Amino acid sequence: MISLQNIERIFQVGDEEVHALRDVSMTATDGDHIAIMGPSGSGKSSLLNILGLLDRPDTGSYELDGVKVSELDEKEQARIRRHKIGFVFQFFHLVPRLTAFDNIALPLMLAGMKQDERQARVTAALAAFGLGNRAQHRPDQLSGGQRQRVAIARATIMQPSVILADEPTGNLDRNSGIEVVEILEELNRQGITLIMVTHDPELGRRAQRQILMVDGRIEREAEG
Amino acid sequence: MQIQDFFRYTFNGIRAQRLRSFLTTLGIAVGIGAVVLLTSLGEGLHRFVLAEFTQFGTNLIAINPGKVTTHGVSGALLSNVRPLTIEDTAILKQLPQILDVVSVVQGNGAIKAGGRQRRATIYGVDASAARVWKFAVAAGRFLPDDPPRSARSFVVLGSKVRQELFGSNQALGMRIRIGGELFRVIGSMESKGQMLGFDLDDAVYIPAAKAMALFNRESLMEIDLLHTAGSSSSVVAEKVRKALQARHGKEDFTITTQEKMLEILGGVLNTLTIAVGALGGISLLVGGVGILTIMSITVNERTGEIGLLRAMGVEQSQILTLFLGEAVLLAAIGGLAGLGLGVGGSWLFSLAVPALPAHISWTYVASAELLAAFVGLLAGVLPARRAARLHPVEALRAE
Ligand SMILES: Nc1ncnc2c1ncn2[C@@H]1O[C@H](COP(=O)(O)OP(=O)(O)OP(=O)(O)O)[C@@H](O)[C@H]1O
Ligand SMILES: [Mg+2]
Repeated sequence: MISLQNIERIFQVGDEEVHALRDVSMTATDGDHIAIMGPSGSGKSSLLNILGLLDRPDTGSYELDGVKVSELDEKEQARIRRHKIGFVFQFFHLVPRLTAFDNIALPLMLAGMKQDERQARVTAALAAFGLGNRAQHRPDQLSGGQRQRVAIARATIMQPSVILADEPTGNLDRNSGIEVVEILEELNRQGITLIMVTHDPELGRRAQRQILMVDGRIEREAEG
Repeated sequence: MQIQDFFRYTFNGIRAQRLRSFLTTLGIAVGIGAVVLLTSLGEGLHRFVLAEFTQFGTNLIAINPGKVTTHGVSGALLSNVRPLTIEDTAILKQLPQILDVVSVVQGNGAIKAGGRQRRATIYGVDASAARVWKFAVAAGRFLPDDPPRSARSFVVLGSKVRQELFGSNQALGMRIRIGGELFRVIGSMESKGQMLGFDLDDAVYIPAAKAMALFNRESLMEIDLLHTAGSSSSVVAEKVRKALQARHGKEDFTITTQEKMLEILGGVLNTLTIAVGALGGISLLVGGVGILTIMSITVNERTGEIGLLRAMGVEQSQILTLFLGEAVLLAAIGGLAGLGLGVGGSWLFSLAVPALPAHISWTYVASAELLAAFVGLLAGVLPARRAARLHPVEALRAE
């Protein structure tokens, strides 16, 4: 359960103030599928960063599963990111020197899980995302679609309750894009909350809720 | 994070940039190698010099005429200084705890035997010299215990002089000419080798009074005392000082105990070792700057990765540890390579110059390795702190 109340985010650029988010309020129940749309610079990424605890709002409050997370300190926020939130980025953000296997295992390793325990889980994830024969390939040996699938496998390996995806298909061709979206939708059907920023109206329409942002505000919301 | 995963991850980062990591490591390796090699040479020199000095024993006290004051003016330059005499030697011999006393006069001169001639060092000494200086007689005997003022014209040859003048012929009983006067050879010494450049074998030993006459001297150049092993050098030296002062009326002589000399020498040599070690330390510093540079570049290049780690819920302190770990690992690998270089280098040096064997001091080696890790830690702090303080959103945008 996500609840944002009157979020403001203001960036200081020189002596000018840029209102990236203006009085944004929204809620999402577990298992929601939300598309965030809107023109460039309208604040979509800023909103996602706040939802993902990567950035703090200047005013307003953020409650996640009944906890006022906007008031937590950096350490506690990191713990929540670790266990509840999975990120998928437009540019994949894989570690170039690690294999697909090690990239997917990264969150488990950093959380302190032993190597033999990681093995089964990562192998299962590779198989589930159709990467069974790509385990030992490094990112530069994978196609864009494969890279994004590795990134999604990594984002979900800790079994988060929310996936935040910022234009996950923005760097992919049409077919790979649809493939990736289908994977994300499948995860959503399994109960993960999916919040995805997209420029593509067609992909947006597939979501159960669409939020349109303009100039830092939520302009309107549609159910579809 | 499991400790082996920590090592794997940091080592992976180092391995991903082979050439760059190799060069950085080399910087540290050269520094540590220099520290280990130079301190080994210093320590080897230290031991060598001390061994040279202690071959005469450690219970020696030397008395020289003139007083070196704190102003550095030698009393010997003043006319009213009473020189050391053979009688002083006799008096000192009476003191308790003194085992033996030697009067010493030294100079150079031509030595002729048959058709051959050689210039050598001439030592005017007493019968006790062989005991005090721990000299061994190879053939015949050392100078007899004649009354000092009326000693007979006997000479004992150093091994080199004996060899040069007589070769394989009999030397004992032969007459040789030293500075125009005839001496009878009554013994020859075993080789004692060089002592800091003085060849003790390229020398002859005659009675002190004869040497004084030869060199036209009224007085001795030095008196050497051997005291009992159990007594303290400084206590004995104080008694000697009192006795001589009573005879001379004032302190116009300088007493040097072997103990004190070794102490001063040891101090000087230690300082030398530390100084050359510090010299090597400078190259280590340069290596440290190399790590600082490379780690800064690494943090820049991996900004996106840092953003990702933060997004995955890695705490700032863990980011700091990861990058510090990488810096320390780089330095430690360099340190180990440097140890190899240093130890190998001193081994080669020992092969090349066997007379001055380098001595690897493991205390220095251990502190050099610790120093390397510390340099890595220090050099890593700034870049690692920058990595930990990056804003995750900014960092993610970097790619
Ligand atoms: N770190 C920052 N410093 C200054 N201004 C910023 C910063 N981050 C975002 N902004 C501004 O905030 C506004 C919203 O930016 P945001 O990245 O959220 O837009 P967006 O909707 O994601 O755009 P796009 O579709 O192009 O990704 C923009 O005007 C942007 O210039
Ligand atoms: Mg954006």
